[in-house]
Amino acid sequence: MKRTITDELKMFPRFNPVGESAILLEIDEELSLEINRRVYALDTCIQANPLRGVREWVPAYSSMLVIFDPLLVGISEVKSWLKNCLENVSDNEVQKAKKVVIPVHYGGENGPDLNHVASYHHLSPGEVVRRHTAQTYHVGMMGFTPGFAYLLGLDLSLATPRLKSPRTNVPAGSVGIAGGQTGIYPLESPGGWQLIGRTDLALFNPDQPPYFLLAPGDEVQFKAINMGAF
Amino acid sequence: MPLFVENASLIMSLQDLGRFGFMRFGLPESGPMDWRAFGSANRLVDNPPDSACLEVGFTDASLRLEKDALFAICGVGYQIYLNGRQMPLWMSFWVQKGDRLDFEKTPGGNWVYLAAAGGISSQVWMGSRSVYPKGGLGRLLQRGDRIPIGESTHQSRWDAGWFIPQANRPAYDRDVSAGVIPGPHYERFTDEAQAAFWQQKFKVTSRSDRMGYRLQGENLAHRTGVDLLSQGMVMGEIQVPSDGQPIVMMPDHPTTGGYTSIGTICRPDLPLIAQAQPGISEINFVKINPNDARDRLIKATNDIDKIEKPQEDIWTHL
Repeated sequence: MKRTITDELKMFPRFNPVGESAILLEIDEELSLEINRRVYALDTCIQANPLRGVREWVPAYSSMLVIFDPLLVGISEVKSWLKNCLENVSDNEVQKAKKVVIPVHYGGENGPDLNHVASYHHLSPGEVVRRHTAQTYHVGMMGFTPGFAYLLGLDLSLATPRLKSPRTNVPAGSVGIAGGQTGIYPLESPGGWQLIGRTDLALFNPDQPPYFLLAPGDEVQFKAINMGAF
Repeated sequence: MPLFVENASLIMSLQDLGRFGFMRFGLPESGPMDWRAFGSANRLVDNPPDSACLEVGFTDASLRLEKDALFAICGVGYQIYLNGRQMPLWMSFWVQKGDRLDFEKTPGGNWVYLAAAGGISSQVWMGSRSVYPKGGLGRLLQRGDRIPIGESTHQSRWDAGWFIPQANRPAYDRDVSAGVIPGPHYERFTDEAQAAFWQQKFKVTSRSDRMGYRLQGENLAHRTGVDLLSQGMVMGEIQVPSDGQPIVMMPDHPTTGGYTSIGTICRPDLPLIAQAQPGISEINFVKINPNDARDRLIKATNDIDKIEKPQEDIWTHL
């Protein structure tokens, strides 16, 4: 049977140049915890087997972007090194994820949308907090703004659409829900997520290391500081 | 504080080569829009290649100098006046305490870089002096700001007069031809869109800044879905959202994105795009493979080192 271009696009893993200074490895096009864990097993492998000229690499949900200096290393050498890393990654490889507990003030002025999220799902605010703190989340990738973690693992009974009109100023540390995602705003910025709480921890502190509270691949647990209030 | 900002341009900031290693945390590299002009300015005043420069963009600016120093200004789209007398770009010159330096915006480009011998010694965040306001790393310069300059061994006007010959500068032009490496999602565009991408001329829109340049042209239609799971992105990458109008990633670009990329502008030609003027320049893209792009990158990098000095003292003629 003749293979179509669309079929070609579905063949994984795919290695593609991104300019002369980077390679994108797409492991899959699905969003799943299993595939994401493979990305982080690869991340560990890359870190353990450095190649001269590779400057940095950016893990994402189901892909890995490797950026190199083409004056120090050739693109074909980077590709075979990356391929070799991928082949030597076992799906069962347990990566040592760092676990981060994030204390959160839920509701009130820290979480102005908690009541809305609760009534949207016909739950009490306390039950929303209970379900939000019950899960262990996984940092699938980071991006959007410095220190922003895309967390996998929201209890989908809490999935809530974004605000119809975004706020112009969301305070740093705000914890929100948008569709099936949950996350924390590292910096004060505009935003349309439903805000259910706020943490006092700095997600991003450029003044001293460690600059970021979370790293890609980490496990995250929210803890209610004010559980008694519900 | 040797540099006093009397008037700041629309986008004016301090930039070194950028900060590396934090893209996985969502922090872009930042650094100069035009790395070739930036590198040349530093070279002409004998600075290390990663020294911080003043990046001036899009509108007029003025400085008052509070110290004698050796300067070089490289780039395009500006005329420079020292105490009202026009100065050449791409050449080092000596300035004295009390001098006034005016950057007058002219057609031809968007950005110039001022390098001072000794380098700009502003605040360092995470290993770099590059300002990235969106991430809380400093802010754009404003009227009344003072900029510090480091110590230098170049202490007289006899160190001035070094220049980069025209042939070794980027070929800035109203009609821009830029090399693009197709991918990583080139096959996701229709045959018509692929052909149009290489054949048509794009314009830069005014919705362009240090994060990205929005281009305008014929709609580039996708064969399959527009959206992808978010992936890492690099400078020069050309993303095409569902409206079919490309966006070129610039130094402060988001580190990840979920749109398909039709290709990536090769690094040697990225300065030509950075200097393409909104609404005026016409850009056409030419296919290039990664190895040829690498060869051109080597040449462009070497050109920065080809500085010359006239036999006689140029100052006697000015």
